[in-house]
Amino acid sequence: MKILYGMQQPDEGTITVNGEQVVFHNPGDAIARGIGMVHQHFMLADNLTVLENVVLGAEKLYGIGGKARAKIKEISDAYHLNVRPDVLVEELGVADRQRVEILKVLYRGAKTLILDEPTAVLVPQEVDALFDNLRELKAEGLTVIFISHKLGEVLSVADEITVIRRGTTVGTAEPSRTTPKQLAEMMVGSELPTPETAESTVTDVPMLKVEGLHLAQTDLDGIERIILDEISFTIHKGEVLGIAGVEGNGQSELVEAIMGMRHPDAGVITLDAADISHAATRRRREAGIGYIPEDRHRHGLLLEAPLWENRILGHVTEKPNSRGGLIDIKAARADTERIVQEYDVRTPGIDVTAASLSGGNQQKLIVGREMSHNPKLLIAAHPTRGVDVGAQAAIWDYIREARREGLAVLLISADLDELIGLSDTLRVMYRGRLVADADPATITPEELGSAMTGAATGHLEHTEDDER
Amino acid sequence: MNKLTSRIDKERLFLGIAAPVLAIVAALVVTALVILATGKNPGPAFNDMLTYGFASDSQVYILNKATTYYLAGVSVAIGFRMNLFNIGVDGQYRLAAFFAAVLGGALTLPGWLSVLLILICAMATGALWAAIAGVLKVTRGVSEVISTIMLNSIATAIIAYLLQPGKLAQLQQGGTVVATKPLPSAAHFFTINTGPAGDLWGFIFVAVIVGIAYWFVLGRTRFGYDLRTVGQSESAATASGVSVKKMIVTSMIISGAVAGLIGMPTLLNDSYQFSSDFPAGIGFTGIAIALLGRNNPVGIALGALLWGFLERTTNHLEFQGYDKEILGVIQGVIVLCVVIAYEVVRRYGLKRQQQKVGAELAAQAAATTKKQEVA
Repeated sequence: MKILYGMQQPDEGTITVNGEQVVFHNPGDAIARGIGMVHQHFMLADNLTVLENVVLGAEKLYGIGGKARAKIKEISDAYHLNVRPDVLVEELGVADRQRVEILKVLYRGAKTLILDEPTAVLVPQEVDALFDNLRELKAEGLTVIFISHKLGEVLSVADEITVIRRGTTVGTAEPSRTTPKQLAEMMVGSELPTPETAESTVTDVPMLKVEGLHLAQTDLDGIERIILDEISFTIHKGEVLGIAGVEGNGQSELVEAIMGMRHPDAGVITLDAADISHAATRRRREAGIGYIPEDRHRHGLLLEAPLWENRILGHVTEKPNSRGGLIDIKAARADTERIVQEYDVRTPGIDVTAASLSGGNQQKLIVGREMSHNPKLLIAAHPTRGVDVGAQAAIWDYIREARREGLAVLLISADLDELIGLSDTLRVMYRGRLVADADPATITPEELGSAMTGAATGHLEHTEDDER
Repeated sequence: MNKLTSRIDKERLFLGIAAPVLAIVAALVVTALVILATGKNPGPAFNDMLTYGFASDSQVYILNKATTYYLAGVSVAIGFRMNLFNIGVDGQYRLAAFFAAVLGGALTLPGWLSVLLILICAMATGALWAAIAGVLKVTRGVSEVISTIMLNSIATAIIAYLLQPGKLAQLQQGGTVVATKPLPSAAHFFTINTGPAGDLWGFIFVAVIVGIAYWFVLGRTRFGYDLRTVGQSESAATASGVSVKKMIVTSMIISGAVAGLIGMPTLLNDSYQFSSDFPAGIGFTGIAIALLGRNNPVGIALGALLWGFLERTTNHLEFQGYDKEILGVIQGVIVLCVVIAYEVVRRYGLKRQQQKVGAELAAQAAATTKKQEVA
């Protein structure tokens, strides 16, 4: 994908566009050939308008004034993208931002669109809208490459599917003659994993109790925004509490407040009957919180450090990483070998840098590290985001195992199937509040999705007239 | 698997040596071209540098110079490992040396005690001066680059104000030099007499101890691990439980304390007083040397020696009819080449490693599928 967009050079092989063999040295070459990419993480400047974001870097095409605005209107209308050029990007929701990204690519004259995990951040209703947009594009003769881990989506939107595993093409399939199960088996090379848990292991011993957590933040314009509003919940030993919600509704801040990386204005956090509301992050980790961060590159790894140094990260004061004030390199290395073995981290050795591992293997290393210090509470924020299906299954297994061993698990995810499959209790977070709860045994992703957009609150029942 | 890791290690060692060698060769080529451009022959110049540089009196001179440069390099490197750019090493060491000289001149204590007090005074002054920048950064978000540059100027002004007859200084040598009161001979640091080659400053041992401490603290202690973590990724450090703010202030203080030592070899082994011609600008030399040595304790030592060597030999070149500006050219080119060469080699190494990991995994995958087919 990076190679297709010119961000990386291939060692061998060729790329052919419109019957013509091409070589891309940088994204500029790719754009010139009509290839555009919509990244998983949006590349937009929040403090600029949609118009400004679209013309940024492409000022030569249609200028920055009326002509550009007309062109944006034209594209927006042609594909029913409903983009308003003069709105600030920071005022837009995730789905709108994504449409701006698509428009940005089309504005540059792209004939081939690459979409990298475009649905990861969308609720089901928004996914349907996106697919309608994609069908428009297809009807206009554009080519779309849709990269996703979600099989159902691929099957519903694609005309042809290519399965890639460990860097090689495993096979191609036609959606009309393939079931999700067959596709998944191609991806994993074996049986399809499901995120379902076995019988309940929930006890009535509270492990983590959060009461009345409140966090407000003053933004650059001096306006106070409430980020966490009266958040209260309890997770018992052996319980997985899942929190659903569209990203940016306070989930990251909630996790950071529990980890001690953010200081809430009010509220009490109790771990295993000890008040940790004002403890430092390191004390909380030592007290038994395991943390799988949502952005492993930013919060979970030192990318340029070798694996064994990454094994120490976050647990530098604990055995076997150190003795007294000194790092115990030998023991830490030996324990890294163990984690690599036990958690099936695919690596040639523990001296390679974390950056050279694939996402799934990085994540397995993090899970292994966090589980190696007898945690009482495991915080898993989007634990399977951007990892391959094989690693996904393994990580689900580890979470289930943690639950069986009596850990309390706080699971935050945008993958509704994962949430429903793994959780014992489900809560929905919307604009900093826990607005709804649901029973994972009966709820459907669509019903959860409507609560995530704020359309439904209270206790969600699986009924026909759920929409209200 | 063992075989592979050892191979990677060997390769890493090779890559580590490749960068500086590449840089120095490139620098030599560029320097030769510059000398050619001035209409002179570079061959004899290099020849003269070699013979003169390895004469025994030159060796002592270079070691003495390198002692000072080494301390400067380590001081800057401590900041670099934290991702802090302590440009203020220059002001820190001058202010530290000045106050240490004032204190030393006023002391009448047994020798070892006054040396100890002078050292403590110097380190404390440097640490305090650096701490200002650290505190400003964590409380007000002031970039340490800006604040340390300004603190350098302030240090210069303070010294200029206090280094006046009647303030903290006095006129000497018949009224031609303004300096602090000289240290009593009891407060001189020991030197090693090497005969006609001159005196080797005893402070070189302190520099070696600082180097070992630097290596040990950063590589082997929890504190050092936390410090390196912050340097590599502040966000990951916060999530792992390091207080980044505390770390910034602490490392600035340590960097400043080591900076305080930079003036000590000169003060305690050579000048015994702080005068208006006390060496200045060594803080900036330290930046170049830390870059050259890749923040590695041995690398910094080699960098410091190379710097001393260049200074000694190019001074001599002047007498051979070459332009004395050659020194600046060589030094500048070396630093540029080193920075470029390290980046090139680093990228190459990273790419090699990724390819290796990929190849290894593909091989593993192939092996398992074959097994499955057989079974």
